[in-house]
Amino acid sequence: MKLRAGFFDFTGCEGCQLTVLNLEDAFFDLAGLIDVVEFREVLTGGGGPLDVAFVEGSICGPHEEARLKDVRRRSRLLVALGACADTTGVNALARFRDPEDLNGRVYGPGAPPRGGGRPKPVSAVVPVDARVPGCPVDGGEFLQVLQALAVGRAPNLPGHAVCVECKLAELPCVFDRGEVCLGPIVRAGCGARCPEGGDRCRGCRGLVDNPRSTPYYRILEDHGLTEDDVLAEFRLFNLGEGKVR
Amino acid sequence: MRLAIHHLTRIEGHAHLVVDADRGEVTACRLEIVESPRFFEAILVGRHHRDVAPLVSRICGVCSNSHTLVSLAATEAALGVAVSEQTRDLRRLLACGEILQSHLLHLFFMAAPDYLDLDSIFPLDRRRRDLLTRALRMKKVGNDLCRVVGGRPVHPVTPRVGGFSAVPEPADLHGLRRRLVAMLPDLEAAVDLVGGFDFPRLDRPAECLSLGGDDGYPLMGDRIVSSAGPETPVGAYREVIEEYLVDHATAKFARTPRGAYRVGPLARTTNAFGALTPMAARVADALGLGPGATNPYQTVVARLVETVHWVEEAILLIDRLLIRGVVAEPPVEASGPGRAVAAIEAPRGLLIHEYAYDDQGRVVAADCVIPTAQNLASVEADLRASVPGFLDLPRPELARRLEMLVRAYDPCVSCSTHLLSVSFEDGGGAG
Repeated sequence: MKLRAGFFDFTGCEGCQLTVLNLEDAFFDLAGLIDVVEFREVLTGGGGPLDVAFVEGSICGPHEEARLKDVRRRSRLLVALGACADTTGVNALARFRDPEDLNGRVYGPGAPPRGGGRPKPVSAVVPVDARVPGCPVDGGEFLQVLQALAVGRAPNLPGHAVCVECKLAELPCVFDRGEVCLGPIVRAGCGARCPEGGDRCRGCRGLVDNPRSTPYYRILEDHGLTEDDVLAEFRLFNLGEGKVR
Repeated sequence: MRLAIHHLTRIEGHAHLVVDADRGEVTACRLEIVESPRFFEAILVGRHHRDVAPLVSRICGVCSNSHTLVSLAATEAALGVAVSEQTRDLRRLLACGEILQSHLLHLFFMAAPDYLDLDSIFPLDRRRRDLLTRALRMKKVGNDLCRVVGGRPVHPVTPRVGGFSAVPEPADLHGLRRRLVAMLPDLEAAVDLVGGFDFPRLDRPAECLSLGGDDGYPLMGDRIVSSAGPETPVGAYREVIEEYLVDHATAKFARTPRGAYRVGPLARTTNAFGALTPMAARVADALGLGPGATNPYQTVVARLVETVHWVEEAILLIDRLLIRGVVAEPPVEASGPGRAVAAIEAPRGLLIHEYAYDDQGRVVAADCVIPTAQNLASVEADLRASVPGFLDLPRPELARRLEMLVRAYDPCVSCSTHLLSVSFEDGGGAG
């Protein structure tokens, strides 16, 4: 039995849906695994019951909450697709600013609010059965999660940090270039793509389970960096709880 | 009569279409933009110039490379950073890749179902597997151009202020070149397909804006060219483009002193038809697209013509890179203060970024003029012009044609509402 699948986008850039559509090589395999019955970006129609709903984007305001709850009611499984849905992603940065100030800066001082509201991760509104982290998601990891769900197994995300993948790829340590890297505390699964591309890990996949902070503080001390440097970096993609530990 | 279509499908982002008509007269016609604003400017203020491009890339998944590239160009101009010939070529190649993937996604996944009487492209996996295979193969070439140059197709990793943090391997460029050449039969099939599309008729001439000052067809440049007015340096874009608010949209609309205008594929073929490659010009000719096109439905044709153009250009760019040899370049140190504007032709049209930096190289103010937002007034004008001619049609057919019209612009609503815009008067830009 093929899964009846739907894709839903809320507040985000649609880059994760696009990453799914970019799975050109797996397209026909995917078509054998799921029936895409709802996908507003590329499909007209939908509205019935679903086996699995992939939800992209953060949830802003009562309209989006109501739409998400409707999706949850209709779907047996619900998956948070990408950083905005999973950890609030870059939208989290708006939570550290005053909403009136935000609105005034964009639409002019004193302009009436134009919706939005404080962005939330999907799990703050409805129960989530599985998640695909990253900004954007990794196409291969999306397929793994989908395959696990198709055979009725709980998907496993890597339990180790990006640092491990970086070392396996024998890449030079980003800290040695004098930059802050979140690789030691962020969940692997991306193949350390950003360090490989000459950038640093900016933490888009969220914290690894039980990150070991003591060695991380030592790394920071060794390189003359502070907790604030890390938090400024961490908040780019994550609604940080304040402390790394 | 009221026609309301909520959450229009096969476009990027959320918009409602509302048309009111009374005895054959259109009394109201609105594209309601209901996407939540994301307030990128507040996120950017105070951020170091190194972090600006990776952040603004997240405005839009489908044009993340354009946002990255124009942001880097504006930052480099503001901070006085010069880039190498190699960096310029690699950036053009990255922009090519994005235009190809975006145009092909639109042609096959969003527009084609309308003309093949389908709800989506998915049913073709059994009925027309050949066609879908060709579409996917071409789209993958566009994405792989982005992957090889930028590190991944969505939200690139390697472009940075002053150049690239990693450069492509010659073997990868060779491989891409072979696949670009091998695309030609697939492109021919696409021309056959689009040649069979029955485009609704609509004759509405409009002012067209695109970039000029580059050495060929619009991509990057320092002047804004208009089909109806004088040229303007991009730094003075506010003299020609005025953004304004409407009650029914979270995106800003835009107008020139002459009113609504078009940007994007049809505007570019209108303003720069003579700069198309010979093969692209032949395709335009075969599909009945000329420099004086006034039917917005034909934007779909312009998109295919541009696809052919950028395939040819990408081959030439790779040749130049391979002949000169691609070398890794060291990072560039830069600091402020400074302030500058840059523009690029994103897949959907003219995209402008402006930044002011303080002496620490941190953002003081930012502004971003998005192609889809610039097209919104024109989309509404097209809808108003077309509805009277369609009123005798059955309601579902009327709705279908209006949706196709909106879709022809390939609007990216995610982009248009996730605008960055700080009043420079209030922001007090440095430099």
